[in-house]
Amino acid sequence: MNKKPVSKKKLLGTPYFIWSVLFIIIPLCMVFYYGLTDKSGAFTLDNVLAIALPEHAKALWIALGLSLIATAICLLLAYPLAMILCSKKTGQQSFIVLIFILPMWMNFLLRTLAWQTLLEKTGVINNILGFFHLPPLSIINTPYAIVLGMVYNFLPFMVLPIYNALSKIDGNVINAAKDLGANSLQVFWKVTLPLSIPGIISGITMVFIPALTTFVISKLLGGSKILLIGNVIEEEFTQASNWHLGSGLSIVLMLFIIVNMVLTAVFDKDGEGSFL
Amino acid sequence: MNKVLIDLKNISKSFDGQMVLDDLNLYIRENEFLTLLGPSGCGKTTTLRILGGFETPDTGTVIFDGRDITQLPPNKRQLNTVFQRYALFTHMTIAENIAFGLKIKNKSKAYIDDKIKYALKLVNLEGYEKRMPDSLSGGQQQRIAIARAIVNEPKVLLLDEPLGALDLKLRQDMQYELIRLKNELGITFIYVTHDQEEALTMSDTIVVMNQGYIQQIGSPEKIYNEPENAFVADFIGDSNIISSTMIEDKLVEILGTRFPCVDTGFGTNKPVDAVIRPEDVILSSPANGRMKGVVTHLIFKGVHYEMEVTANGFEWLVHSTGMFPVGTEVGLDVDPYNIQIMHKPASEDEEAVGVNE
Repeated sequence: MNKKPVSKKKLLGTPYFIWSVLFIIIPLCMVFYYGLTDKSGAFTLDNVLAIALPEHAKALWIALGLSLIATAICLLLAYPLAMILCSKKTGQQSFIVLIFILPMWMNFLLRTLAWQTLLEKTGVINNILGFFHLPPLSIINTPYAIVLGMVYNFLPFMVLPIYNALSKIDGNVINAAKDLGANSLQVFWKVTLPLSIPGIISGITMVFIPALTTFVISKLLGGSKILLIGNVIEEEFTQASNWHLGSGLSIVLMLFIIVNMVLTAVFDKDGEGSFL
Repeated sequence: MNKVLIDLKNISKSFDGQMVLDDLNLYIRENEFLTLLGPSGCGKTTTLRILGGFETPDTGTVIFDGRDITQLPPNKRQLNTVFQRYALFTHMTIAENIAFGLKIKNKSKAYIDDKIKYALKLVNLEGYEKRMPDSLSGGQQQRIAIARAIVNEPKVLLLDEPLGALDLKLRQDMQYELIRLKNELGITFIYVTHDQEEALTMSDTIVVMNQGYIQQIGSPEKIYNEPENAFVADFIGDSNIISSTMIEDKLVEILGTRFPCVDTGFGTNKPVDAVIRPEDVILSSPANGRMKGVVTHLIFKGVHYEMEVTANGFEWLVHSTGMFPVGTEVGLDVDPYNIQIMHKPASEDEEAVGVNE
């Protein structure tokens, strides 16, 4: 009698088990298989070590650099915004959050294409500038455009966990700090900021990982001039049809992501980032 | 009498058009244990927050030690607060929590270490320096919150329902602890609570509040024995509040039966409220009572029995060490000095001020 509910629970879990085997475990195994073998099927580390080749290493460094810059900008923009958000009344809060989430309901590709149209040499922004006889901007196909695209697309992922962490801070804790003599700046550095670190770490992860691995943003806004590691991997799979090299480089990228995830797990014990 | 330390003058405050405090006047003496007592929404916490500097009154002034501090921010005030639910800094150790205020004031490390030791000893938590707040029980966290406040040597300690989150036994222990602390520190305590027993146990002065108005200010004995209106009588302990008629000085007619009492000056044949505490109702055999009744409910409460007795159409609440089973016919009597006569609210307006629950 007692065992029945347990087996029922297991039964309910079956679809998820099948799902994760089909779409997570098997693909992962395939990546490792392709990444660690050559065309004849023999074991090799060449595909993974290929990251050391100058063109691959350069793509990795550029990707790391640009995604770090984008993450930093997101953090600087998101933190004050999250603080403002927390100081608003509940009704206004949900409205502002809605404004930030609204673009996320639109297709990611469309949003990025829109930026392409805006930034083009003969695009909307330069037309407007030209109308006022101002010199045109040439942002498209530069690293600036890629960073802009990353910040635009991933900013909500930074705002929400920080907002989540900040809104969890008990107002009386802030009051207690003031009560004990701290001015606004001291309250921020000694209480607010340390208490929001889990949110910051989650935000960094949620922006850094998609920014590091993106190939769409760099393709649409960076032209073909700037290759990120994501673009290199994509090309190996599509144009070069070299799944072995593509998988090998993916494994390297996975290492960076795992390191980031471990760091997050250490700091984010309360699961502030688990809002989505 | 100690000198007046804090003077609240004509304080009014409303939130979103809702009046929370209306023209409140109150002074607090040095070294006093003053309790603001009332139901939720009576304005007691708002009063405390105005004292702490977390709210600014719409009108009126706050005088502290002869100085107007109405507009002074909390970090500039010479008082410290112990918050409801402790409000400890969860990212700091106990020692860092206690040192917070002292570090802000740039005290020397030796001074701070001394103070931490002293404060932990005072609240009976020696050796807890390295622990984190989350690893402490509710009662221990509350002691740390008190320690964190008193190391700053405030002239006044504000306590916002500090025992609200603790269980009954711990709450009673902490009450004695707080009285001891106050005597050792020799500073003013302003205490906010909705628990009348807490207020009666600890205070020198109780301020009973309701709907933004002060109902009565007085010593615990005075508040309990001589409530000024039905609200106070009802809020402090259980009581039978009965519409009665004052026949003449020292004679009151309650539910058709005349009782001698000790109050004078209410006029003749005037409607009044008579307040009789449940423990002051004397039950005996029907022949001996001034009034006859029937026991309708009986509950054993430990120290005494709680009974409901229907007599002359009124449900009397009675506390007695003697047991009378349900259905027993009993006689009721009250000693003259246990009948407290109060004016009936003269108008609806006064009723809103005084008696609404």
